[in-house]
Amino acid sequence: MKNSKRRTGFLFACVAPAVVLFFIFMILPTLNVFRISLFEKGAYSPEERFVGMQNFKVLFSDANFIRSMQNMILLIIVVTIITFAFALIFAAILTRENIKGQNFFRVIFYIPNILSVVVISGIFSAIYKPENGMLNSIIEMFHKMTDPVLWKGEKLVMISIIIAMVWQAIGYYMVMYMASMSSVPESMYESSALDGAGRLQQFFQITIPLIWTNIRTTLTFFIISTINMAFLFVKAMTSGGPNGASEVALSYMYSQKDAGLYGYSMAIGVVIFLFSFLLSALVNRVTDRETLTY
Amino acid sequence: MKNDKKGIDTERLYHVFIYVVLIALAVTIIVPVAWVFMASIKENSEFYGNPWALPKGVYWQNFVDAWNSAKMGEYMLNSVIVTAVALALLLLIALPAAYALSRFKFRGSKFLNLAFMAGLFINVNYIVVPIFLMLRDGDTWLKNMVGRSFLLNNLFVLAVVYAATALPFTIYLLAGYFSTLPHDYEEASYIDGAGYQLTMWKIIFPMAKPSIITIILFNFLSFWNEYIISMTLMSSAKGAKTLPVGLLNLMQAQQSAAQYGIMYAGLVLVMLPTLILYICVQSKLTQGMTMGGLKG
Repeated sequence: MKNSKRRTGFLFACVAPAVVLFFIFMILPTLNVFRISLFEKGAYSPEERFVGMQNFKVLFSDANFIRSMQNMILLIIVVTIITFAFALIFAAILTRENIKGQNFFRVIFYIPNILSVVVISGIFSAIYKPENGMLNSIIEMFHKMTDPVLWKGEKLVMISIIIAMVWQAIGYYMVMYMASMSSVPESMYESSALDGAGRLQQFFQITIPLIWTNIRTTLTFFIISTINMAFLFVKAMTSGGPNGASEVALSYMYSQKDAGLYGYSMAIGVVIFLFSFLLSALVNRVTDRETLTY
Repeated sequence: MKNDKKGIDTERLYHVFIYVVLIALAVTIIVPVAWVFMASIKENSEFYGNPWALPKGVYWQNFVDAWNSAKMGEYMLNSVIVTAVALALLLLIALPAAYALSRFKFRGSKFLNLAFMAGLFINVNYIVVPIFLMLRDGDTWLKNMVGRSFLLNNLFVLAVVYAATALPFTIYLLAGYFSTLPHDYEEASYIDGAGYQLTMWKIIFPMAKPSIITIILFNFLSFWNEYIISMTLMSSAKGAKTLPVGLLNLMQAQQSAAQYGIMYAGLVLVMLPTLILYICVQSKLTQGMTMGGLKG
């Protein structure tokens, strides 16, 4: 086999660069998150000192950290539910009904997904601006305000972030579900209509069960990506303010890195890693159904 | 139901309701985006009146100021360089790797496939701090050894990090495509005397053109729009910045300086390239999505 040596050489040349880059910039940093979390490592002290679980002990009595986890969980639950409900309903409407300009709506709804989160935060700061903001000026038309509504104030900031996140995510998931819904055979709807099934019944008993596998995988990915998107939005829109009211776990991790507390910051990273793994396992478990085929 | 008059009425009502809801959602997307475009040609004094007033004239000076004094022109060039280098690097590395991993069985191929799959679950923003620390330590080491450091605040290193962290998703997508091709293509090419290299470059990759275009589109958007890694690795105050980070700084500066026109001009400059690209390729983008299924 003189070919086998050539084959090995070829395969090595193909795979090696990818493996090296993947190892240096993804595997190694991931391992480092776990390693550094056990050390006291600061920006101004060159030496790192092994402290075991000390960082984690401090972490679980840190009220700011607990609040950031609560905010993150709130965003995961609320944004996921609203986004998925809207995306599924709109996708069903656009695929099932004879809508004029179906393509137009699809093109428009997808736009937020191609914008940078920085751009979206700029757009929403124009919407939420207390004086002369778009939202407040609309409210003013119907109802005289004495004080402007502070959309990014301590009370409303989480709601404002939720709105921005849903605004960004709906279109992407809608287009995705439109594709899977349009592959459900028309005959299933016809025969169920003959049996007297209405729209709602068709939606819950045909559409949803038949694309369940797709919903399930996207749900898991969505929840994981919300942990990340929440960070992108918070960092650009509020930097965690006012007074840490909108801080989420990843943004708190980042702020501790900025403060130079690397060990502590990575302890937060470990918690986020474990949390996201547990959560995706949980979602997978809960959504497990018998798969239906057509 | 069809002959029932009442049924037709509720049917019509339902349709009207659907259109109202669809149009309402479309309006909430179009109006804010269009508003930013409108605001970008307003003079600063116009921002203190009614926000819904149309611009009095076209005030191009905002764009000139954003481009020159707010350095958005320079940042745009940086973003173009980073995105182009990262895309080229990504394709050059991911294509052969995906081909080898999906069509050849060799020692460790199963393990590598699994490792890249696991990589799909590692979010870049979870590991941005260790990447930063690694490059910083690398810089300190370089300074001691060679006397100068070049890992942080370097556009090319940023491009390498972008390419590396996009590998799992890209390889996953490409491998999915390659594994659907029949093996006859390679066998025919080997019989004709072509080697592994030639077969891969001349036979297989040209066939993968649609997937390659999808990959370029998705990764272009994610590299162009990315700001956390860029902000962390290009943190020097005087150093080069990419467009989104420059815009973020501009937005924060605007809060005290109240130069609204320039800020909105900056917003337009960042989103215009992606919007133009989207208009040109929107059908490809939404089709490609169903092919890949997921984004990371």
